[in-house]
Amino acid sequence: MNIISALFSNSGGIHPDDAKKTTAALPSVVAPIPPLLAVSLAQHLGAPSKTLVKKGDTVLRGQPIADSAGFVSARVHAPTSGKIVSVGLRMTASGRTAPVIEIESDGQDQPFTTEPPAGDWTTLPPRELIERIHQAGIIGMGGAGFPTQVKLSPPPGKTIQTLILNGAECEPFLTADHRLMVEQAEAIIAGIRVLQHIFKDARVRIAVEDNKPDALAALAQAADILTGDVQMVRLRTAYPQGAEKQLIYSITGREVPSGGLPMDVQTLVENVATVQAIGDAVIRGFPLIERVLTVTGPAITQPRNIRARIGTPFSDLIAFCGGPRGPIGRLICGGPLMGIAQSGLAGAVTKTTSGLLVLPPEREAPFSSMPCISCGRCVDACPIRLLPCTLSETSEAEQDTAAEDLKVMDCIECGCCAYVCPARRPLVQHMRRAKARVQILRKQREAQKKKQPV
Amino acid sequence: MNMPPASEWLINSSPHVRANDSVSRIMGRVLIALIPALGAAVWFFGWNALRLTLACTVTCVLAEWASRTLMKRDRGINDLSAAVTGVLLALNLPPQLPTWMAVLGSLVAIVIAKQLYGGIGYNLFNPALIGRTFLLVSFPVAMTTWMAPSVFPWADAITTATPLGIWKTALNATQHAPPDFFQQFSVSDLLTGNRPGCLGETCSLGLLLGAAYLLITRCITWHIPFSMLFTIALGATILYKMDPTQNLPPHYQLLTGGVLLGAFFMATDMVTTPVTRPGMILFGIGCGLITLVIRKWGGYPEGVSFSILIMNSLTPLINRLARSRVFGHAPQSKPA
Repeated sequence: MNIISALFSNSGGIHPDDAKKTTAALPSVVAPIPPLLAVSLAQHLGAPSKTLVKKGDTVLRGQPIADSAGFVSARVHAPTSGKIVSVGLRMTASGRTAPVIEIESDGQDQPFTTEPPAGDWTTLPPRELIERIHQAGIIGMGGAGFPTQVKLSPPPGKTIQTLILNGAECEPFLTADHRLMVEQAEAIIAGIRVLQHIFKDARVRIAVEDNKPDALAALAQAADILTGDVQMVRLRTAYPQGAEKQLIYSITGREVPSGGLPMDVQTLVENVATVQAIGDAVIRGFPLIERVLTVTGPAITQPRNIRARIGTPFSDLIAFCGGPRGPIGRLICGGPLMGIAQSGLAGAVTKTTSGLLVLPPEREAPFSSMPCISCGRCVDACPIRLLPCTLSETSEAEQDTAAEDLKVMDCIECGCCAYVCPARRPLVQHMRRAKARVQILRKQREAQKKKQPV
Repeated sequence: MNMPPASEWLINSSPHVRANDSVSRIMGRVLIALIPALGAAVWFFGWNALRLTLACTVTCVLAEWASRTLMKRDRGINDLSAAVTGVLLALNLPPQLPTWMAVLGSLVAIVIAKQLYGGIGYNLFNPALIGRTFLLVSFPVAMTTWMAPSVFPWADAITTATPLGIWKTALNATQHAPPDFFQQFSVSDLLTGNRPGCLGETCSLGLLLGAAYLLITRCITWHIPFSMLFTIALGATILYKMDPTQNLPPHYQLLTGGVLLGAFFMATDMVTTPVTRPGMILFGIGCGLITLVIRKWGGYPEGVSFSILIMNSLTPLINRLARSRVFGHAPQSKPA
């Protein structure tokens, strides 16, 4: 497989210390199945799944326990066999309250079905392949958690000409996708074959950052079995290289229009873990009940790449990694630039949990209320070419129409601006606040319009 | 397993890592970058350089502290920006200026140009240049009395004029370039700083050394200084080609007066200059053009300070107009 370098160069972005050395070479290890699992029904973007079980039911590994509750929703499966001990609302790693099903493991890990799906999948029409993916509960595992079957079903009139496999993993510290690409290259390529059956004639671009040459090589070797227009793309290491719109630009030179979707530029982007799950679902009939994630950071005793069941509590993962080393200052679900700070150990692994970052206490407060000195570093760093410094001030002053005119709604909250700010202003927080306020403003305008007689 | 209490964890909005830089580190690097120019000032102008630098820096820091205290705001003098203003103002003064004038200029710079606007981040004009310009219009004689450089132990000062002053006076009086001008001021003298002028503006090599340090440590970007220098070089070349007897050659335009000090240390002040790269280039071009126009047609022999202050006043406008196209938007989207 020939390897090309990314053709287009994104503006903005940052080059933080990637801190991946600690775990990049560590083979992923299987975590023990915890005695109690907490499976969220709001792991995906869209309506929370509706539960199919009640307290006291016994379930088997891979048995559906909640079903899609609408078009943009996803199915959820029991990660192991055991008894349902509770179904109810509780705090999840996202920082929001969501319905959660708690399962007490029976220690047997008995499967729901053992038969692989009958028949030759390559003869099935795309519609049925997509349905298998839906049945397996697959959502975007790179972070957004968008239900995959929706992404694979573009509305009439939209075509997919480019299929991008996202192996950028540009967040520092995380090496889960890296290990998956090295260890499961064939399974990922099998997933691409499924996607090629759904989008015939689409060209395939497998994109990996150049700080993971072993992953690039492993995928390139495995990709030799693929037919059609397939190319490996070596991406320049930069953050946020793996952000969907930035990745599409790097490879195709096209910008996803503001407010639009990748399919508006005839492109589909899937994370490597998602693609592997797609292959497993269609070819082997496996539902999505586990994933690889990285537990790392200076305050964990033994950093590891772990294959864990969905629903594994964070406390079990930290214990599996030898517990904390010294005091914990912050526990982050995800990477250091876009991850979510945890208020405790109540969270559990979801389909989108790429890592757990255990950080020691900092000497300096992360943010300050110092005034902006107009250095313009945030302007240089913003991959969307916004003016974060100006938006931060309009946000503080609650000038919502000004923020809207400055295109605050295009902000992807990647954190580059706050990363570089020498005045340590909480720029992403200001952006989020402005975005929320503009959304309210727009709703009010809609309501106003409806009131007025036509 | 001994798990520490989650109640002590820090919960904040992402990102959770950040570049290891701060305002005080940036200001500290500016101070370091000024050391070569300051050293040259001491070498050529003796104790006067130390006297004025000390007077301005101490006054600026004290004025900043007093203003913040009186306004009941965060003290904030540990960001070193007042010290930078002090050193920059001193380097923009003629060597023999009385101490009390330097103190007065420093008070104007910090209290009026900076703190009355709200302090760091809010001032419209470069404080050091406001201090200098205040002194220039208030004490025109003292601010245009220059001394010839000498070396240790610094003989009694001989009053003289700057190269640009000599050039302008001769042209105004006789319509001709001054005789022996290029013998009097050789290029090597302009590079080392062996010429009359403001304390910190004469030693071109020292200024370039400091500029290189600021560029390498990414405290400044090339956009403003290089577009300003390029504009001056281009305009000076055109003027010189048109009439070499009435116009200085381009390298003399660049190496005399305060061009290098202004381009690398004053026109790059973050607070008072644009935030976008196209805006920075516009700013630099404007500074270069105004400098040339004042030098050629204005009443003053030198126009760097005025050019930067005029462009400071245009910065909010430039920030509104010179914006990059937002990702995913059509090019013609109107500026807000």
